[in-house]
Amino acid sequence: MSVLPPPRKSPQQRTTSPTQPPQVRSRAAMALSAAAAEGRFVLQVCPECDSVQYPPRDACVSCLNTNLMWQDVDPSGTLLAQTTVNISVNLYFRERGDWRVGTVHLDAGPSVVCHLHCDCVTRGRVRLINRLDRAGEGVMIALPEGGKATLQSDPQLNALSSDPTHRRVLITDARAPNTPMLAKALLEAGAATVFVGEAESWLPYPTRQALDKVKNVEILPLDVTDTASVQRLAAEIGGKTDILINNARFLRPGGVMARGSTGFASQEMEVNYLGLMRLAQAFGPGMCARTADGVNSAVAWVNLLAVSALSNQPGFGTFSASQAAARSLSQNMRADFRASGLRVMNVYAGPTDDAWQQPVHPPKVAPIALARAIVTGLREGLEDVYCGDVAQDIAQRFRENPGLLEHEVTAGELG
Amino acid sequence: MTRRQTYDGVVLAAPFTAPYTRFSTQSAHWWMAKALRGTLRAAGLRKEQIDGFCASSFSLFPDTAVGLTQHLGLSLRYLDHIPMGGASGIVAMRRAARAVQAGDVDIVACVAADTNQIDSFRKLLGGFSRFASDAAFPYGAGGPNMSFALLTDRYMQDTGATRADFGALCVAQRSNALNVPYAMMKRPLTLDQYLDARMISDPIALFDCVMPCAGGEAFLLMSEDRATALNLPFARIDGLIERHNAHSDDPIQGRGGWTLDIDDLYTMANTDPAGIDLLQTYDDYPVICLMQIEDLGFCAKGAAPDFIRNHDLTITGTFPHNTSGGQLSVGQAGAAGGYIGLVEAIRQVTQTAGPTQVRGARRAMVSGFGMINYDRGICTGAAILSRGDT
Repeated sequence: MSVLPPPRKSPQQRTTSPTQPPQVRSRAAMALSAAAAEGRFVLQVCPECDSVQYPPRDACVSCLNTNLMWQDVDPSGTLLAQTTVNISVNLYFRERGDWRVGTVHLDAGPSVVCHLHCDCVTRGRVRLINRLDRAGEGVMIALPEGGKATLQSDPQLNALSSDPTHRRVLITDARAPNTPMLAKALLEAGAATVFVGEAESWLPYPTRQALDKVKNVEILPLDVTDTASVQRLAAEIGGKTDILINNARFLRPGGVMARGSTGFASQEMEVNYLGLMRLAQAFGPGMCARTADGVNSAVAWVNLLAVSALSNQPGFGTFSASQAAARSLSQNMRADFRASGLRVMNVYAGPTDDAWQQPVHPPKVAPIALARAIVTGLREGLEDVYCGDVAQDIAQRFRENPGLLEHEVTAGELG
Repeated sequence: MTRRQTYDGVVLAAPFTAPYTRFSTQSAHWWMAKALRGTLRAAGLRKEQIDGFCASSFSLFPDTAVGLTQHLGLSLRYLDHIPMGGASGIVAMRRAARAVQAGDVDIVACVAADTNQIDSFRKLLGGFSRFASDAAFPYGAGGPNMSFALLTDRYMQDTGATRADFGALCVAQRSNALNVPYAMMKRPLTLDQYLDARMISDPIALFDCVMPCAGGEAFLLMSEDRATALNLPFARIDGLIERHNAHSDDPIQGRGGWTLDIDDLYTMANTDPAGIDLLQTYDDYPVICLMQIEDLGFCAKGAAPDFIRNHDLTITGTFPHNTSGGQLSVGQAGAAGGYIGLVEAIRQVTQTAGPTQVRGARRAMVSGFGMINYDRGICTGAAILSRGDT
């Protein structure tokens, strides 16, 4: 089922206010939300008796072991019963009308009340996925087993994704080597327009030609280190920016002791951290106000970060610090954007194939890989995406033991 | 399992219903007081003469039964608070009866009451239980309508029940409710109206749902000797069962905890389904009534649709059921919904039911079902009551 393009909006009509599905969760259940942020389907499993639990518990339902572990579990099951909720007590669901819900009996044991894809049939086989809803909490969704069903192929579930279709995207830095590929990928994914921010327009740069060739790209002046410039662009297109991808970045190799000044470090902070903050302050309010604005509502904010944001990589020590600052700020943005449902998606990558990382050994992340990761992450409505083998490796180590990761990196094992 | 002792020597008296209203500006405390005062008046007692109190309510927060003792000026040696929704009445009766039997207390007033203010139903749903807010409410926020729609869908698949079967039950209850002046629903209901009603969460339509309202229900528990001395009509407890979280491995609820203890119930009461003159089931949704008719032994599992087709469930019918109209027609006054059938059963067997009186009713069964904690009702209970002069 394809989504029709939005009709022209009437300036005389009030923009629909964002509402949210229920957001109250226990601490145990929030672990599901954390897994949904990465698109993982996990359930608690008892390490002593192997019993699989749902809803999330603090003790094993079979043996009372209080040490339950979250792990990937077979998501297959059978749809036992279904209903369409016509009347809800919650405004978010009321506005969306009929909402399908079902009970799925997982092969792994528990029964799960979940959102239903429209192609699911009673007594049919289904698989569950765990995704974030617009309250930013993990919810279970049943899709027909084996099929190619996606969130996009169901109008009800599409609201859980940040699908680029018909949306207008701002990519903040025309000069970044990955920009032409990102613009192309977003347009191929259905974006209506890609705005690209360009600083210091008088200076020529290699990617400009490539950008000029892409249809539906609009290049507009934007310098993330200049508050006035950011505010000017927000005044111009802030009301029609549905997805913002911040790929502006300043990077120089070296750590604290590499040089005797803080010059590069302060430029890194100026672009990578304060630049993000300027963008958030200028574009955030307008985007947050438009998260219920129909088919092309504001839906996601994407930060491209280096995975060294998780744990400092000494060879790029000061840059890593700026990435950690940006990551921390993104967490703050998530909290501030939460009530609107505007998703903040961080896409972490390992070393990329550009001039300042030329001496780094492969594997490196190519622009096309980054573009694909962004599009997939948006379609799946994710919050955290780890692009490429290096980022996934570091993320895995970070999840397991951040202290150990730090020792491995600073000892040069992974640096 | 140890054999249960009988409930001999303990009786139920002074059934009282604080007439329901759709909305109330008053608090749960106000409704509690109204119901307590009513049962005491019915017995001709002052509050100083009771030494036991048991409360059930959803809207007392931040108070519990503790707060009510001081609020209502009760000095007690037995105090209980039972948050078991639709099973509250049965459980309150069991605990209080044992305390009276053991001599821990002389007279226990059991009261369930709730207020219903604008928006209080929505607020209750959002924070009903941890599992509900983690794993049910985020899915369409349909509350119990959604949960029971799923159970009803499954029940219809398994038994071949049709909406008309549920409709027949609702129509009969409405007919009973027309005798009750404080019923929320005051007009007759036809099967066509039932079938044409707007869908709420399919297959649950408007007349499958109870109307939240404010109200209270109460009765007293005491020794038979005391009831006789007070010259009160009373009901005996012939048998009583209680069970929680039974059949938890069933992937979806198709039966309740009654199935584990029903033989025990009939044995205690020395009777069988044919010996029951009327049945009060917990009726928050018709599917649960059908499940109870099966699980309480009135027909085989899965045969309740047929049973409904072959019986008249009205007061004068072949199988009087929910004689006061039940929650489906009178309204659901929160936790009082867990008392409505019990209080009516006491009236029935003491021949004080007035306009809803089933002629010659000597023995009634009352069943309770409570608390959709996640995907199913957890608390179940049932009792057989008989008239006191036998």
